[in-house]
Amino acid sequence: MEAIVDQTAKVDPMNKVNTELSKENPEAHDLSGLETVGIPFTDTAKMSMRDVNVFYADKQAIFDVSLDIGQNEVLAMIGPSGCGKSTFLRCLNRMNDTIDICSVQGSLKLEGQDIYDPKLDVVPLRARVGMVFQKPNPFPKSIYDNVAYGPRIHGLVNRRTDLDEIVETSLQKAGLWKEVRDRLHSPGTGLSGGQQQRLCIARTIAVSPEVILMDEPCSALDPIATAKIEELIAELSENFTIAIVTHSMQQAARVSHRTAYFHLGKLVEVNETEKVFTNPDHKLTEAYITGRFG
Amino acid sequence: MTPSPKTPNTMDVVNKNLAKRYRKEKMFRFYGIASISFGLLCLLFLFTDIIGKGHSAFFQTYVKLPVVMSADALGITDVNDPHQIAGGNYQGVLKQALRERFPEVTDRRGKRALYGIVSNGAGYELRALVENNPDILNTSLDVWVLADDDIDTYVKSRSSREGAYTGRFTEQQISWIESLIESGNVEERFNTTFFTAGDSREPEQAGIRGAMMGSLFTLLVTLALSFPIGVAAAVYLEEYAKKNKFTDFIEVNINNLAAVPSIIFGLLGLAIFINFFEMPRSIPLVGGFVLTLMTLPTIIISSRAAIKAVPPSIREAAMGIGASKMQVILHHVLPLAMPGMLTGAIIGMAQALGETAPLLMIGMVAFIVDVPSGITDPSTVLPVQIFLWADSPERAFVERTSAAIMVLLGFLVVMNALAVWLRKRLERRW
Repeated sequence: MEAIVDQTAKVDPMNKVNTELSKENPEAHDLSGLETVGIPFTDTAKMSMRDVNVFYADKQAIFDVSLDIGQNEVLAMIGPSGCGKSTFLRCLNRMNDTIDICSVQGSLKLEGQDIYDPKLDVVPLRARVGMVFQKPNPFPKSIYDNVAYGPRIHGLVNRRTDLDEIVETSLQKAGLWKEVRDRLHSPGTGLSGGQQQRLCIARTIAVSPEVILMDEPCSALDPIATAKIEELIAELSENFTIAIVTHSMQQAARVSHRTAYFHLGKLVEVNETEKVFTNPDHKLTEAYITGRFG
Repeated sequence: MTPSPKTPNTMDVVNKNLAKRYRKEKMFRFYGIASISFGLLCLLFLFTDIIGKGHSAFFQTYVKLPVVMSADALGITDVNDPHQIAGGNYQGVLKQALRERFPEVTDRRGKRALYGIVSNGAGYELRALVENNPDILNTSLDVWVLADDDIDTYVKSRSSREGAYTGRFTEQQISWIESLIESGNVEERFNTTFFTAGDSREPEQAGIRGAMMGSLFTLLVTLALSFPIGVAAAVYLEEYAKKNKFTDFIEVNINNLAAVPSIIFGLLGLAIFINFFEMPRSIPLVGGFVLTLMTLPTIIISSRAAIKAVPPSIREAAMGIGASKMQVILHHVLPLAMPGMLTGAIIGMAQALGETAPLLMIGMVAFIVDVPSGITDPSTVLPVQIFLWADSPERAFVERTSAAIMVLLGFLVVMNALAVWLRKRLERRW
């Protein structure tokens, strides 16, 4: 029986879900009437999104997602590949603007301010909502210049000593200072993968954002580097609000306060992380975290 | 593998085919080596031919004559009058010296032939001597003066295997030259004139400097216009322009322009810059405009490719921090694309340096003696100068043509070396 399920899964994950769920609950495979279960909203919302729909040309990638990200919270977004979690994350600082065919509908607010307001300038928005990418992407410049780039372009500092200070504290916060203090002016691309990713985090926090978006920040790293980043995320949550997309459920369980499960562009469940991984409210979530598909 | 009663071992089959595979591998490599050898051979042939023909142009024959600097004969009455010194009859003094050197020549025809031994520009050297030091007036001294180009050719070809090139010389003239050579009054010296003078009808007075400066000014105009325009166009097309029918149309046409024969650009330049805007002919400014039109497609195409090659992760990183579009382009995309853009510019400039046809159309083929000192002075360029000299009947221009080709190649090498150095420097910064 298991083998048969696996074969269908290779063709289409949806099929598998259907096969899997239809045994217990014949109605569940129909996602059209799906309502988010759990606790998507919080009282201390830093960012609040309501009824977000995202389209790539004619193809809809996100369906009516409503979600809050609380102040100083770490929100993990999990789900199978192509479920729209990265797309959703990239809406939060308008990185999707660079894709011509992408259009976003619905209300996305950062502290009550509509971030898709046509009058809003994306430059300050992205300074407030920073982003760390899947692949470490330091600039081909020195370590110092990598971290100093953000403060420089935003004109945060006038004096060299202030800039030095920002660079130092950012690298300290990213847990990289001790490793690179002697070679601040050597190229950032010469660091190891994990160090590069921490450099990218330092670069992001150098402009003191309020929210940090992380798009699978550990997927290109080895377990030790991953552990360091995870530790770092826990520390950063004291000062920043973090939304992290991850493929590793263990990672989500380790670092996040709340976990959101996406499925085929829909937000299925949002709950306290512990609850999601021990006693999820929704069958689809359970199927995913127990590894029956994904 | 076909199953048979005695199934052959897989390794046996592989080993059997191995020899064939190696043979093919060898052949494949051989094709590459053969192509490179052929190219090198052609280059070697070209260089030996050019250098073999042209090296003698770097030397020039001089004749020593005992000259009496008589103020009377020069027509100078007041030593302090620069006009008189400048207008002195120096050629006459030289003629006098020649008559005294060969007193047996008495008839008019013989004298005319005799005067032909020295260049008709040799008088200027005497004038320079007097201007530098007026005290030599009314003294007699031995002066090395420029020999005529026919003498130059004769002297250079004396020792060659084919025998001396006598051209239109009479026995008498040859005997004069031989007598001068025997008495040690003929010498070959480094040809500085070739590098300091402009063009001339007299090969011994002709130099490459005019064409070199013309090329330099033309290329400066071309680079100053085509690089910024090309890069700006490439940046707009790659970064800002929406992908639609119109931009596709522009792209196709840029690619087409790169393939348009250069003479068409010359005609365009003639029609627009000279006929419509009534700019002067033969000037490096217009030449630069025309070559800009010709070089732009090359630079745009290579710049776009270089911009496309910048990893998107770098753009995202910069945007994620809050860099504006312009900052992303200026701080990240352009510096990373710069080496590629420079490569395109080098190719374009090398093309422009060797371009002749479009410049013919805008009058840069004119005979210009003065060395240009700016982008609005009439001038010619190196390839056109080569074309002009190759067309000249005087034998001495043959070697000068080859020498000019060497100068052109040298110019090209220097220019490319500069660009490569620049590219290396930019790459190291990152």
